[in-house]
Amino acid sequence: DLAGPKVYGGNHTVTLIPGDGIGQETADSVKAIFKEARVPVTWEQFDVSGFTTGEDNLMKQALESLRRNKVGLKGILYTPVRQGHSSFNVAMRKELDIYASVATCKNIEGLESRHTGVDITIIRENTEGEYSGLEHQSFPGVVESLKIITRAKTERIARYAFDYALRNNRKKVTCVHKANIMKLADGLFLETCRRISQEYKETGIEFNDMIVDNTAMQMVNRPQQFDVMVMPNLYGSIVSNIGAGLIGGPGIGSRHVGKDIQGRNTANPTALILSSVSMLRHLMLDNYADMIENAVRKTIAEGTVRTPDMGGSNTTTDFTEAVMKNL
Amino acid sequence: EYPNVRFDDVLLDRACLQIVQDPSKYAHTVMVMPNLYGDILSDLGAGLIGGLGLTPSGNIGRDASIFESVHGSAPDIAGQNKANPSALLLSSVMMLRHMRLAKEADAIEEALLDTISKGKEFRTGDLGGSASTTSFTDAIIKTLLTTS
Repeated sequence: DLAGPKVYGGNHTVTLIPGDGIGQETADSVKAIFKEARVPVTWEQFDVSGFTTGEDNLMKQALESLRRNKVGLKGILYTPVRQGHSSFNVAMRKELDIYASVATCKNIEGLESRHTGVDITIIRENTEGEYSGLEHQSFPGVVESLKIITRAKTERIARYAFDYALRNNRKKVTCVHKANIMKLADGLFLETCRRISQEYKETGIEFNDMIVDNTAMQMVNRPQQFDVMVMPNLYGSIVSNIGAGLIGGPGIGSRHVGKDIQGRNTANPTALILSSVSMLRHLMLDNYADMIENAVRKTIAEGTVRTPDMGGSNTTTDFTEAVMKNL
Repeated sequence: EYPNVRFDDVLLDRACLQIVQDPSKYAHTVMVMPNLYGDILSDLGAGLIGGLGLTPSGNIGRDASIFESVHGSAPDIAGQNKANPSALLLSSVMMLRHMRLAKEADAIEEALLDTISKGKEFRTGDLGGSASTTSFTDAIIKTLLTTS
């Protein structure tokens, strides 16, 4: 994707995968806002589900579209807990080598949370680690699971973390690990991050490391101490969810399907809208990005229109319309 | 095999989110999980209730069970009558329950929590108070004697 997105006549074509659960509703919200703001984006939509398997035609088309457009917006795909079914999310990441998952946890004015001054970016290695999907049962009732850590992929994610810090004027990168127990795997991850941090010494970006269990405790005790954080796959999932819980919950910035509230027009579309804002910045459409982000923050700060997860009783449509008005 | 105990399951990342947002969702719940997740979630939980200085723990084994506090050895305040004994005391309460001495366990736990809730002069330094290890202990004993 670093080669640049495809632009024809000033218009960007973006792959849209609304996903499961509240996916369609929240995607509708983004589409409406983009239309109102006259964002130069054309959607190529694929209604893939978490139940779609790798062999499915729809999935192949969606992947081709992503390869062609190089940029996509996606809701959450349900990950079935079932044997013999490869997760669509994981397959998509592997096919397109999507190696970094970037989650931002930042306080939103108007949304009460226990901690203020939180501004954390969690960078999670997304293609290996505990999610390699390599397990075997060599004896009935005894399962062995392989966690893969490679120098090459760790270097890549570490460099991404430091480049991200540089580009976004951040001051510190913290490596989260459990190298005291997983001496080879997490040891390799930690050593590699340390080595890469030396390459960025001149930039003045600080580097430190923390063991994952202590990190969990520190996140709820004093989250303000964290800036950019880099870590392997599983810890990334845990830490980003802790972070999301800190600043106000799933509607704002985390990754859950919301099957229980699907179809009821009660979902909070903020997470997907802010993701689309990140996408606009990636497309270098910062004016539109700012316009939409400001409209969302204004709506939340005003506090008059709130979906149930924010303690209110407004609908997804109410919220969308409020944002459109604030554009 | 335990029809009187409700059972359900939750994905780890969702559990982390929920515990931080609203830990009361898991009140009156026993959570069972593999090694690494337990390591992380127990520290997460400790952070939520005030830190390792107040967190008890039990290590149950086939041949023996050992109850322990999981905070550090704090060499900087050792021997100065400053330490907060709550974590170890709560661990000993867990031990008493394990030994089926529930009455004694409840009495001590109540006296401890009562003392902490009384105010700053009753708490040790780590909790923002001015009590010493011995004065804190004496306060707990006093409460125990008056309520027994």
